[in-house]
Amino acid sequence: MTHAPSLAQSGSSIPEAWRDAIAAIAEKGETVLAWMEIDLDDRLNFVPGIILLTSHGLRAKSRHHEAWQTFEYRRGLELQRSDYSGVGRLTLTDTAGRQGYWQYTLANNNAAMRLAGSFEKQLAAFLGESLPPREEEALCPVCHTPLVTKDAECPACQRETAAPTSTWILFRLWRFARPYRGQLIIGFVLTLISTAATLVPPYLTMPLMDDVLIPYQNGKAIDQTLVMWLLLGLLLSALVAWGLGWARTYLLALVSERIGADLRTTTYEHLLKLSLEYFGGKRTGDLMARIGSETDRICVFLSLHLLDFATDVLLLLMTAIILFSINPWLALATLLPLPFIAWLIHRVRDKLRTGFEKIDRVWSEVTNVLADTIPGIRVVKAFAQEQREAERFREANRHNLAVNDKLNAVWGMFSPTVSLLTEIGLLIVWAFGIWLVAHDQITTGVLVSFLAYISRFYSRLDAMSRIVSVTQKAAAGAKRIFDILDHVSSVPEPANPVHLPNLQGRIEFINAGFRYGNRTVTRNLSLNIQAGEMIGLVGHSGSGKSTLVNLICRFYDVTEGSIRVDGIDIRNLPVAEYRSHIGLVLQEPFLFFGTIADNIAYGKPSATRAEIIAAARAAHAHEFILRLPHGYDSLVGERGQSLSGGERQRISIARALLINPRILILDEATSSVDSTTEKEIQLALDNLVSGRTTIAIAHRLSTLRRANRLVVLDRGEVVEVGQHDDLMARQGHYYALYQAQARHAEMLAEETGERDD
Amino acid sequence: MTELKLERDSFGRLVFTDDAGNRHSGIVPARAFPISAPDYGVTLLSASGQELRWLEQIEDLPEHTRQLLLEELTQREFMPVIRRIIKLNSYAMPSTWEVETEQGNCALVLKSEDDIRRLSGHGLLIADSNGINYLIRDKLALDRESQRILDRFL
Repeated sequence: MTHAPSLAQSGSSIPEAWRDAIAAIAEKGETVLAWMEIDLDDRLNFVPGIILLTSHGLRAKSRHHEAWQTFEYRRGLELQRSDYSGVGRLTLTDTAGRQGYWQYTLANNNAAMRLAGSFEKQLAAFLGESLPPREEEALCPVCHTPLVTKDAECPACQRETAAPTSTWILFRLWRFARPYRGQLIIGFVLTLISTAATLVPPYLTMPLMDDVLIPYQNGKAIDQTLVMWLLLGLLLSALVAWGLGWARTYLLALVSERIGADLRTTTYEHLLKLSLEYFGGKRTGDLMARIGSETDRICVFLSLHLLDFATDVLLLLMTAIILFSINPWLALATLLPLPFIAWLIHRVRDKLRTGFEKIDRVWSEVTNVLADTIPGIRVVKAFAQEQREAERFREANRHNLAVNDKLNAVWGMFSPTVSLLTEIGLLIVWAFGIWLVAHDQITTGVLVSFLAYISRFYSRLDAMSRIVSVTQKAAAGAKRIFDILDHVSSVPEPANPVHLPNLQGRIEFINAGFRYGNRTVTRNLSLNIQAGEMIGLVGHSGSGKSTLVNLICRFYDVTEGSIRVDGIDIRNLPVAEYRSHIGLVLQEPFLFFGTIADNIAYGKPSATRAEIIAAARAAHAHEFILRLPHGYDSLVGERGQSLSGGERQRISIARALLINPRILILDEATSSVDSTTEKEIQLALDNLVSGRTTIAIAHRLSTLRRANRLVVLDRGEVVEVGQHDDLMARQGHYYALYQAQARHAEMLAEETGERDD
Repeated sequence: MTELKLERDSFGRLVFTDDAGNRHSGIVPARAFPISAPDYGVTLLSASGQELRWLEQIEDLPEHTRQLLLEELTQREFMPVIRRIIKLNSYAMPSTWEVETEQGNCALVLKSEDDIRRLSGHGLLIADSNGINYLIRDKLALDRESQRILDRFL
């Protein structure tokens, strides 16, 4: 009767767990047309289940039940989808009432939408109303989002990939060290030689003792030339160590500064590419701390601590070799405490690392309080809440102290323990050394040089133990940096970008929906906007107008459905290239610190002066700019010349005009100015709008008079579309909005009238 | 206060009849402070989102009506309660946690440390990437391993 799509295609991706159960149905000649997994039962417990759309009807089964719930196609059945607070629900009803409902977490939402859509089509086909359409569109196998081509990667799924970070996070810094390989190798060689030079003096104490001092005590005269040579050796080795040490410290500090700078800029560049969603969820203070102080900490670690540590390791190795070559037994006794110290370091490591991470987090808590309060200082003062904010700050500091105290208890015990072990080590060497001397195994000179070596050896070991804490600190910093670097933009660049050099500006919304957290902001939005058309978006505040605009700009990505420009999903266009076709004029125009000319040319830095002036003229900004003492060179922005709201707005219109966008977005562009200024801006806007696809949001309905169509939104859904007169005639949402505004305007007029009397 | 006229129709929707005798079907109850004071204040919203009736206490309602309301509220307030953190794949974000909840085992994806919200006392509210909120009633009541994991994020 009906021609069903082949099972092979849709059936192959059904999860293993359900195949047997489904095979049993298929034996009876029922074909599976669509399916979705659900993960909640009717009492909202996590219980896996599956819903099938077959050639006969709808079937559902939970893991805990053997039997299928079956609903055969019949007139009046309807499958509806809704969601709230992160839980989606499919409800099957007929004319008499509810037949069944299934719930799932929103990860499965796209599949549910497809299922509900297919159900409608299949039911219509069953009832003979229309032939079932063949599923021609390629779908993502995971989330069922439509794809451009069959093997294109899914724009919706890409974002979920989460690669875990390894504990050896500092090694990831190699990526930034690589360009400086050459300098690093030279630095290493210098370190090697200068370290070797520092090992010469203790070695020379051996002949000084055995060939000079002890023979003298035994009555022999001092060999002056030998003494001269030995002292010269001491001086030379000290000079070599000094010169080379200076060279390598300078060189490696130079390199590490550059690595730090690269790290900082890379992080900032990456940060700028992240979507608005990321910035919405992070606090400014925290992000600033990460980029500023964390990179600095890593830099200090590389230039100071890591360098010292490398030198110390070399020193240790060389010392060990020399000691063994002199006397293996005494060397063994000397090195005995080393494993204990290593063990101790290892024990404390974990505790310290988590501790330092915690301190960092608490520290950003402290800065966050500042970042919250200082910009809002007017509100704080107006409501006389200084005391409470101070209390909040004190509380954050108290938390900081508590965490620090806990860590310091561990840390405080660490260094004295290392010192104690050092002393014990020396004791062992003395005892064993004296025993060996007494048995004529070694000379006094050997023992003295051993003591000279190991006193360095242990003093460095003590310093080395400090590397644990600085490494942990740096690793904690690196982790927080890589947290940013690893964060995949939720507005990802497409892997196989489609280029649209000549954008027409036709925009289609196909069942588009957007969720912010668990709040559904818009849903099921379908709208076709022709190239060159002007659309006015109308609705109460919170009805989803700005969200719609943000979706078009791709500040966020849709969570359901898709948005297409010229027939191509915007997620398949390179982000920057796509945005270069969009001009945006906001309610509160933001001017950067710089000249007016710079601000107008912000979107196209290569613009000529003539272009800038032409744009300013068209935006009706030319005249007021020339009235300023420095004309186009006047400084504006936070630290510059103050401009009125209308003037700033006209500069931002000029900015949008200059890039000559195909798509223009006016987000309440005139609502923050008085009506006289509005008229001027309106004139500027008329120049801007002509010939471009324009989407305008306006609170005052009168400003949308030029719109070809008005789209009325209510709670995230399109409720009415049409021209002003049609919508008024319909007496629906738009009519109500218009009436309310007209009444308000009348009231204002009356009030001013009364006052004039 | 007049009695609350509330019933469930065959479509599973709540129907409220107001004092004027108007029937509102598909009404939605909502708690005003679902986290800080779940027992204080429940409002009945019409399908179009207007408040129909404010109930300061639902304890005083007749048993049957109260059950209906509670049933509907449980359906709307999906907030699994975490009993134990089984394991997680990474301490860097985004991090996937396998947890045991009162509603069964599941996996949640934490996008950022900021999605963990401290509640008064030792409670925590964790929002996952799909916007589902998971509740930890008392972090000190979790087992040691779970506490150790959590500690890294606080």
